[in-house]
Amino acid sequence: MGERIGVFVCHCGTNIAGVVDVKRVAEELADYPGVAYSTDYTYMCSDPGQNLVKDAIKKHKLTGVIVAACSPTLHEATFRRAGTAAGMNQYQVEIANIREQCSWVHRDNKEAATEKAIRTIKIMVEKARLDEALDPISVPMTPRALVVGGGIAGIQAALDIANAGHEVVLVEKSASIGGHMAQLSETFPTLDCSQCIMTPKMVEVAQHPKVKLMTYSEVDDVSGYVGNFKVRIRKKAAYVNRDVCTGCGLCIEKCPATTPSEFDEQLADRKAIYTPFPQAVPNKPVLDAEHCTYFLKDGKCGICAKVCPLDCIDYEQKDEFIDFEVGAIVVATGYDLYPIENLGEYGGGKYPDVVTSLQFERMLSASGPTGGEILRPSDGEVPKEVVFLTCCGSRDTESHLPYCSKICCMYLTKHAMLYKHNVHEGQAYVFYMDVRTGGKGYEEFYTRAAEEDDVLYIRGKVSKIFEEDGKVMVWGVDTLSGKKIEIAADMAVLGLATIPNQSAAKLANMLKIHADEWGFLSEAHPKLRPVESLTPGFYLAGSAQGPKDIPESVAQASAAASKVAALFAETEYHREPIIAVIDEDTCAGCRVCVSVCPYDAAEFDDEKKVARIKEAICEGCGVCIAACPSGSAQQKNLTDEQLYKMVSAALEV
Amino acid sequence: MFEPRIVCFFCKWCTYAGADLAGTSRKQYPPNGAVVRVNCTGRIDPQHVLWAFREGADGVLVGGCHPGDCHYEEGNHKTMRRVQYLKRMLEDMGVEPERLHLEWISAAEGEKLVHVMSDFTEEVRGLGPLELGLSDTAKAVAPAK
Repeated sequence: MGERIGVFVCHCGTNIAGVVDVKRVAEELADYPGVAYSTDYTYMCSDPGQNLVKDAIKKHKLTGVIVAACSPTLHEATFRRAGTAAGMNQYQVEIANIREQCSWVHRDNKEAATEKAIRTIKIMVEKARLDEALDPISVPMTPRALVVGGGIAGIQAALDIANAGHEVVLVEKSASIGGHMAQLSETFPTLDCSQCIMTPKMVEVAQHPKVKLMTYSEVDDVSGYVGNFKVRIRKKAAYVNRDVCTGCGLCIEKCPATTPSEFDEQLADRKAIYTPFPQAVPNKPVLDAEHCTYFLKDGKCGICAKVCPLDCIDYEQKDEFIDFEVGAIVVATGYDLYPIENLGEYGGGKYPDVVTSLQFERMLSASGPTGGEILRPSDGEVPKEVVFLTCCGSRDTESHLPYCSKICCMYLTKHAMLYKHNVHEGQAYVFYMDVRTGGKGYEEFYTRAAEEDDVLYIRGKVSKIFEEDGKVMVWGVDTLSGKKIEIAADMAVLGLATIPNQSAAKLANMLKIHADEWGFLSEAHPKLRPVESLTPGFYLAGSAQGPKDIPESVAQASAAASKVAALFAETEYHREPIIAVIDEDTCAGCRVCVSVCPYDAAEFDDEKKVARIKEAICEGCGVCIAACPSGSAQQKNLTDEQLYKMVSAALEV
Repeated sequence: MFEPRIVCFFCKWCTYAGADLAGTSRKQYPPNGAVVRVNCTGRIDPQHVLWAFREGADGVLVGGCHPGDCHYEEGNHKTMRRVQYLKRMLEDMGVEPERLHLEWISAAEGEKLVHVMSDFTEEVRGLGPLELGLSDTAKAVAPAK
């Protein structure tokens, strides 16, 4: 056998070398069959480290390279590039993961960790000995993006991609784009009006010639891969011909049926035929059949159809399915608030004067149900004392969610401040665990609230809220003085935890992208690839990925857009050639592969009576290979022979 | 103490990433497994598992995506059936079927990976070393390594 494998053992500072005896590993591998060169170095990914690999490839005429270091998700691409630069085929460069799956998890057993590292590298040496030089598969790129979610992150991503010259399909499940940002009154720390900065963007994206806006629509199905996704969008039946509708609003005015408004967080009612808010984009109504008299009472009503001057109402309308081909998908599905009912200790969902932060936001809004006046939901009185509670559901490992929701400290500070601007003689209390003000101008904003607006910050957690004599009784402790605090307040505002939008889980499942245990979408790397999913072609923007404020959401959206633009800069996408291949000489023509392939990539040649794999379609799952009774189907660079040898190496004593 | 040798076939999209997460979270688990990374558990041929036992594995762990989460639509469903069938075969051959274990571990479940690795190692430790007891005829026809 003529293989000459090079083994490069990385110390990763002390991350690996502090546990694994790297010298011993390199020495033992030097004697392993097929290994021509073996060495170790402090940081293999650094410039000198990469040069070491490149020089060794040339000097020792290596036919394969194993870099024993961190997970392949981090630096496989780095070392493949280095290999290519030294004249090696990139698919003959392999990573042995001796950090995430060895030194970091076997800290207390250095001997066993060292032995596992040796086994792990031997497994990859056996693979590399039989790795062939392969060429990536070139597939045409569809330079059109799908952006899911029409909040600020989705809008920003859509605009940036469109301004880079590419077509965008922007899908929003509700009747208008705008998301939560459209619900906000003012924004911290500048107190600029949210609507004033949001609505122009909404209009801009809707009017952009490169953007196809689809509201009241959901992603129904996605197939394919980066560069060539096929997506099916379900345009929900709006029972209104929105292409013809001018948004005159007559139907809304005359509609007799009402239901609590989602946009106003149930503080006011909307009609069954409605636009979510006056500045909605598109400003055309949809009919909510669940609350419509016509649908509930077998056609008794029909007022909207009677009054519509353009005959836009169509009670027979059905969901419509529209197919698009796209090259990249940006997921910007945003957040929801942790259900207030979960905060039973605070009377969440039980007492009308214990409200969510978004409800308070709607009260503050000049276009909200109270016209910007702060009024108690129970009796419409101006509250004299209001308690704001941070960490309602956040940072609570015992009964709720362990993570910090990041934005609550700041928006409750804003709420308290705006309350004081509205009700000068009122008293605002903020109960806090820590006030987290990590952001430009945030600390100054908090100081202003405490010093200029006399917001009283109390360090401690509230144990209980209950109603007594028309008051909201708040029991807590000031942990700085150790004193018990009891406030007979008029209202309490809960800074509820930020959770991923509840539709995101279903979508993530459909897209096959990863989410963490709380449902926030996982980035490919927490520091270096924060806007990409590990699955190629998917990009993340906004609080779908984790709690975020507006500037961060916008920044991440622009970053995701620039990644998409970079992807679209190439007319072809290069896919991994680790696909299936069938040996026609031994294929018996049983067609098992054809029946198990989920992509119809295996086809049967009726003339030759053999099966064949369509290169452009095969995804490389390998399910046909395991099913092939004659062993004629194999996976490139992960053949059965390779797997057998890898297993044997895993068990070497 | 008997240290079992375990071959772990991990799907790169879920369990392998879950194992990476266990690492970045610095969770600790027994070092008895050696990982063979595959694109999908659907790639695993029952013969690979048999080969592992023949080559001296005391246990084989297959880690794949939760039902419905397969990156390739349904590779994990095929694995589920193959593993079930294989367990029956193992029993016929006098190998405790518990030595083969299939677990769904997502990329987010670093904690679960730690528990599975720890529990399975203990379970196999309890079963003791695998003695295949090949007959002389079997040894004679067994392919050379």
